[in-house]
Formats: sequence, C-alpha cells, structure tokens
Amino acid sequence: MIEDETPRLSRLKPNLERRALIEQYIRDFFTGQGFLEVETPVRQPVVAPELNIVPLQSEGWFLSTSPELHMKRLLAAGYEKIFQFSRCFRKGERGRLHNPEFTMLEWYRTGADYHQMLHDTEALVLTLAKRLKMGTTICYQGRRIDLTPPWPALSVRQAYLDAAGWDPAACYDAARFDDDMVTRVIPAFSPHRPTIFSDFPREAASLARIKPDDPAVAERAEVFIAGLELANAYSELTDSAEQRRRFRDESAQIEREQGRRAALPERFIASLARLPACGGIALGVDRLVMLFSDTDTIDDVLAFTVDTV
Amino acid sequence: MNIEEVHKGSKLLIDGTPYNVDIADFVKPGKGRAIYRLKLRNLLDGSNLERTYHSGEKADEVSISTQECQYLYKEDDRYIFMNSDTFEQFFIPESLLGNKVSFLKEGTVVTVMMMGDRPLDVNIPNFVELKVLESAVATRSDTVTAQMKDAVLETGHTIGVPVFIKEGDIIKIDTRTGSYVERVNVKK
Repeated sequence: MIEDETPRLSRLKPNLERRALIEQYIRDFFTGQGFLEVETPVRQPVVAPELNIVPLQSEGWFLSTSPELHMKRLLAAGYEKIFQFSRCFRKGERGRLHNPEFTMLEWYRTGADYHQMLHDTEALVLTLAKRLKMGTTICYQGRRIDLTPPWPALSVRQAYLDAAGWDPAACYDAARFDDDMVTRVIPAFSPHRPTIFSDFPREAASLARIKPDDPAVAERAEVFIAGLELANAYSELTDSAEQRRRFRDESAQIEREQGRRAALPERFIASLARLPACGGIALGVDRLVMLFSDTDTIDDVLAFTVDTV
Repeated sequence: MNIEEVHKGSKLLIDGTPYNVDIADFVKPGKGRAIYRLKLRNLLDGSNLERTYHSGEKADEVSISTQECQYLYKEDDRYIFMNSDTFEQFFIPESLLGNKVSFLKEGTVVTVMMMGDRPLDVNIPNFVELKVLESAVATRSDTVTAQMKDAVLETGHTIGVPVFIKEGDIIKIDTRTGSYVERVNVKK
C-alpha cells in the first residue's frame, strides 16, 4: 500500500534536513581545500558507452549518466581541483538502493591517483560524522561502524578468492563477476568497518588506468560501508588511443547484445591528449545520506522518488 | 513479460505453477549488470521460492481472468462462492483466503482471480460494514484513559473499536489495514 503524501513527507523531514546539512558540509569541505564547484550539462548529445548503464533519451540527446566526461574536459583545459553535485539518470534502475534519478558527488584532482581520492573520501566521511555530532563510530541498522581511518583495504582478487573461490583477474567472466559480487563478495565485507575494495580486473577498468606494476588489474577502487556501494575511484586513464579502443569495444558489445547505438564521445576522447595525470571519484550522495540517517531505503532520503513523483 | 516489468504483486508462471511476487529486489553494482531477486509464493500451496533473473530475461506472466462472485456460506473449511454471471457455485479453501475470512460476510460480493477454472486469489472490498455482536460496556476509567476496546464482529473476528460502540452497532472497517473506520447509521 502506498503511504499518503503528507504523513510520508512529515516522516521524512528529519532526513531531508540532515540531507541539506550534509550537502552544506560537503561544500564546506571542498571549498575549504581550494576546490572549485562546477556545473556541467545534464542534457548531452552523447554519454560514455557503458554496457550496464542505459541512458534516458531527451529529444534525441541523453540525460547525463555521470558528469565524468565534462569534468575531465575541464581538467584537460587546466582546472586542477574541481567538484560537482550532479543529477544523474539511469534507465530502469529502481530498488532499495536505486532511483533512476539520483545525486552524484564527483571530485577530481590533477597530480593525484586513486589512493589520494580514497584518502579524501575517508576525510570527508569522518568530517561529516563529526560535524553531524556522531563522532567516529556511527550506528547503522543496529550495527556500529568505526569510521577511523585508514579504512581496511581488500584487493578484488583476494576478496573473490576468499568469498567465491576464483580469481577474476586471472580469468575474467563478466556475468559471474557481477553475480558473485552481490551474492557472495559484498556480503562477506566487515559490517563494522568501511571496506576499500581495490584493483579491479583490467576488463572492468572502465575509465581507470592499468596498474603499472600489475597489468592484470586497473587502478580502480570502490568504497563500501555497511554493504552500501558508496564511491568509485580511479587513477584516470589519460591515454586517448587506449580510451578509444575501450569505448569502441564497449559500444560494439552494446550494439550486439542490446541493439542500442552508443556513439563515441569524440570531444572527450580528443581532450585526453591534454589531460594531465589525475584522480577522480564519484560518490552516491543519496546513499551517504542513508548511512547518516540510519535508513535502509533510498526512498527515505528523497522527497519524491520515481514512484511518488 | 520482461523481467524489468515484474514488480511486487506480479503473477508469474514458473514450471507450470503460478506464483505471486511477494518481494522484487533490484540489486546492481554501479558498473555491473542488474540482478532481480524475486521472493515468490506458490499460489496453489503457499510454499515459497526464490529466483534470480538478469536484465533482458523474460518471465511468463500467468494469464488470469477475474470474475465477480458472491460469498454464500461456509462448509467446514471450504468457502462456497457463486459466480454472479453464470450462478455456478464453487468453493475456495480457507488457506487461500487467509485473514480475509475475518471480514467475509454471507452475501459479500468479491472479485476472484482465476487461472482457467482454478481460483488463485480473492479480492475483498476495501471497506466492509459488519455488525458488532459483543463488546464490553466501557467503564468509567476507560472513558478517561483508553480510547479503544475490543469488539467481536458477526464474522467472529475481534477488532479494536472506540468506547462508544455498542453491541448491535454496524461499523465500517478498512479490510486492508483491518482497522475500524466509523460507525454506520442504520436506517430502519
């Protein structure tokens, strides 16, 4: 049964107030360190080709699935530290942790790698907990989570060997990788500490660079807290030929398997020639608010979801 | 139907058996493929099943017809209904009706979902009016403190009602929540 609107919105008010505070504190955190807040287009002619992210169409263009490409174009033009809150849209993504329209926080630093972005994330989450007067240990869904850095790091390889009995970096199987991640690997993460899940198989590198001393994996890491997939960090790929090849393969697979055309973002690819070494990360703001509001559904941190809009 | 369209309450045919989707859980790693975890309830025997689907997969929807029927009477644990169009009579076991029997009075018109000639589920009206058979007279302290007391309905079910309700009153009940709505004035 669908809850009536007025009692629902009254019930959500403390969470929405907390959400506003969190967004304000995030801005303080970044501007205090000299980051520039930027805004990039929500509606765009082409999005990054991704097999498992389907964009919503808008008059022949697309609604943004992520601000990543435009933010990197700013870095390529000489911007050094930027952050953005952006509305992203992903078709069909609806569940306890998903709404097809959601808020992503992305930030980038030139001269940095994924480790630096993860340090930023530790500092950001800890700062928020402190400013929300929750201290360094928070309570989420009846469990205490110690946020004290450094957060334990677990390689993707080791996590799969332990929880699923195979090494995805040695012989990658995309379908098995995704299924095992949600059914075996994530459930095995410590419930009392954040987890840095790092060094994804090169086949799942996405827009991250390959690790120089271990070419089977990419410098990509995700942050999980209490089973929530919170953030995804890269040492950004700056090689335009390699990026073009990855996008072309992904685009071909999308067309072959889903019959969907995914053009290549040419301006972005061209800008990579000027992109300096940099790190970037995308963090799901709705889930961060869930964590600090101790709620187990994204519906409780959004005034209106796709079902109540 | 596409798995993306399946939601809580969808009725699926799996290996020839009809199931109700009790929980449809969407899980997806950010860059990974979506997984749909369904918790299903067998509509024939009430047993549970869990199934996992992926984007692009299909699920068979049960072809269901609905019929307006009138509840006639109860015989052991069988509830006898009559099809309002054909006047044909058939029974539905108590196990299929669950707690809906609490609000089922002889003569009530309901909607029965059928797979072929097999009843699968019964939708009772959202609001029903039932007579109060027994209810304790409110004591003085009741009127000061508690706002509710128990009342036994003509179906034998007990619910909480305000203290001013008396035996013989007809009250309106929301069957979705099982709660008292209001006293109905009976014209006689």
